Amino acid sequence: MCAELLPERVTLDEWGYPILDGSPLPPELVAHARHAADACPTLALLLEREDR
Amino acid sequence: MSLLPRLLAGVDEVSNGDLRSHLEAAAALPELGRWAPDRLIEEIERSGLRGRGGAAFPVARKMRAVAARRGPTVLVGNGTEGEPASGKDRLLLTELPHLVLDGAAVAARAVGADTAIIAFAETDEVIARSLRRAVDERRRSRPGEEPRYELRAVDGGFVSGQESALVNSLSGGEPKPAFRARPFECGVRRRPTLVQNVETLAHLALIVRHGASWYRQAGTAADPGSTLVTLSGAVASLGVFEIEHGAPLADLLASAGQTEKLAAVLIGGYFGSWLPARAIPQLRLSPTQLAEHGVGLGAGAIVALGRSVCPVAEISRVAEYFAAESAGQCGPCVNGLAAIAATMRQIASGTAPPAARPNLERWSNSLAGRGACQFPDGATRFVASALRVFADDFEDHLRHGPCQDCSAPAVLPVPLAMA
Repeated sequence: MCAELLPERVTLDEWGYPILDGSPLPPELVAHARHAADACPTLALLLEREDR
Repeated sequence: MSLLPRLLAGVDEVSNGDLRSHLEAAAALPELGRWAPDRLIEEIERSGLRGRGGAAFPVARKMRAVAARRGPTVLVGNGTEGEPASGKDRLLLTELPHLVLDGAAVAARAVGADTAIIAFAETDEVIARSLRRAVDERRRSRPGEEPRYELRAVDGGFVSGQESALVNSLSGGEPKPAFRARPFECGVRRRPTLVQNVETLAHLALIVRHGASWYRQAGTAADPGSTLVTLSGAVASLGVFEIEHGAPLADLLASAGQTEKLAAVLIGGYFGSWLPARAIPQLRLSPTQLAEHGVGLGAGAIVALGRSVCPVAEISRVAEYFAAESAGQCGPCVNGLAAIAATMRQIASGTAPPAARPNLERWSNSLAGRGACQFPDGATRFVASALRVFADDFEDHLRHGPCQDCSAPAVLPVPLAMA
C-alpha cells in the first residue's frame, strides 16, 4: 500500500515488503508521505522531521 | 608485572564461588550507602566503562538516563548469553556470582533501584543453583544492605537477550524485540530500567573498590580496562580468557595453543564478521582498533577456523540457525533469512541455480535496518563477510557439490531449537 501511495520513495522487495529511500522529502511529497505512514496497518513507517 | 587477572582473579582450583572465596579474592565491597549516586556515576564515567553485551554503550550515560527519571527504577543484569560461541557470562554466573551481585548492587545504587533482576537462560540449572546459593549467602551475611534480588530464568534464544526483548519477557510478554523501545523510560513493569550485561556489572564491582584510575591502567586510552573473550575452534585450550583491551589476537591464539593452520577467524561471534587468517598478525582486540579492519569485538566471541574444516558446511549450518531464530515479527527478516538459508543449503549440496551467488549478495545487502531489531543486520553481516572470505570455497561447492570435509564434525556451535 505504501508503495502505491509514495512510489517516489518506496519500492517493494520480492516478498512485498517496503524498501525505503530515506533521503529527505521535497515539500511536495510530505503530505503523501504522511498519508503513507498513517495508512500502514502495522505502524511500521515513521516520518521524521530533520532539523536544519 | 602483569595487570591481569582482574575479573578472573577469583577463579582458581580451590574457589567454589562462595562468599568466603569471593571476599578473599576481591576484599569487601565498600559501603555503598556512603556513595551518593551522582558521585558513583561520575566515577564510572571517569573509568570510561562501556557495556560488555556487544553494543559497547557508555555505562555512565545509560545510568544517567535512568537516574533522571521519576519513580522507582529497576536494574536488570543480563546473563542470558544467547550468542552460542560465547561462554563468559556463564563463567561469571557459575564461578563468580558474588562479583556479579556486587556489581548489581553498585548499579542499583547508581540509579536508585530497589530491585535487581538477574536474568539467565532457563535451560541452565547450574547458573540457577549458583545464583540461588549466592543470594542466600548475602541475605544471611549482609541483611538490609542489598537491593532485592530477583532471579529470573528466561528464554535463552539468540534474540531473546536483546535489551527490549528481555524487558518484554521480564514484564510477562513475549521474548521479542520491540520497535523503538526506550527501556530507560519504560521498561520492566513500565518502570525506568537499566539493563547491563553481567560482565559489565562485574567490572563495576572492581571499579568501586579500586577506582577509575585503576581501571584505566589496563587497556588502551580509547578502550580502557580488561575484557573477557571466549575462544573456540582450532585451539587446544578452548574457553574464556581475560585480556587487556588492545591485546594482539596472535598472542591470544599462541597462549591458547593453535592446533592447525587457520583459514579464517570469526571476530564478534555470530553477530560479528569473518576475516582471513592473513589478517591475524595485524589484529589487536579492542573495539577501536578492530574498527580499522571493519569488524567489531561484540561480546568477545572469537572462533579460529582451521583449514581442515569445510567453511561452506559451517556457514550453511549457522544460516539455518539464523533463520530459525528470527522472532518472526518483520517480513524482510523472516523471508530474507529463510531465503539465505535455503540457498546456502543448495550451494552446500551442489544443487544451487546460477543465480544463487548474486541472490545471496543481494539479500545480504538488503535486510539491514529493516527490522524491529538488529538481528537481520548482524546475520547478514556474518553471511556477507563469509561470502567474501570463503569466496573460493563457495564457488567450488556451487560447481562441484560437497567436498570431503563437508561431513566432518561441526565446529561452530548451533544449539538445537526446543520443539
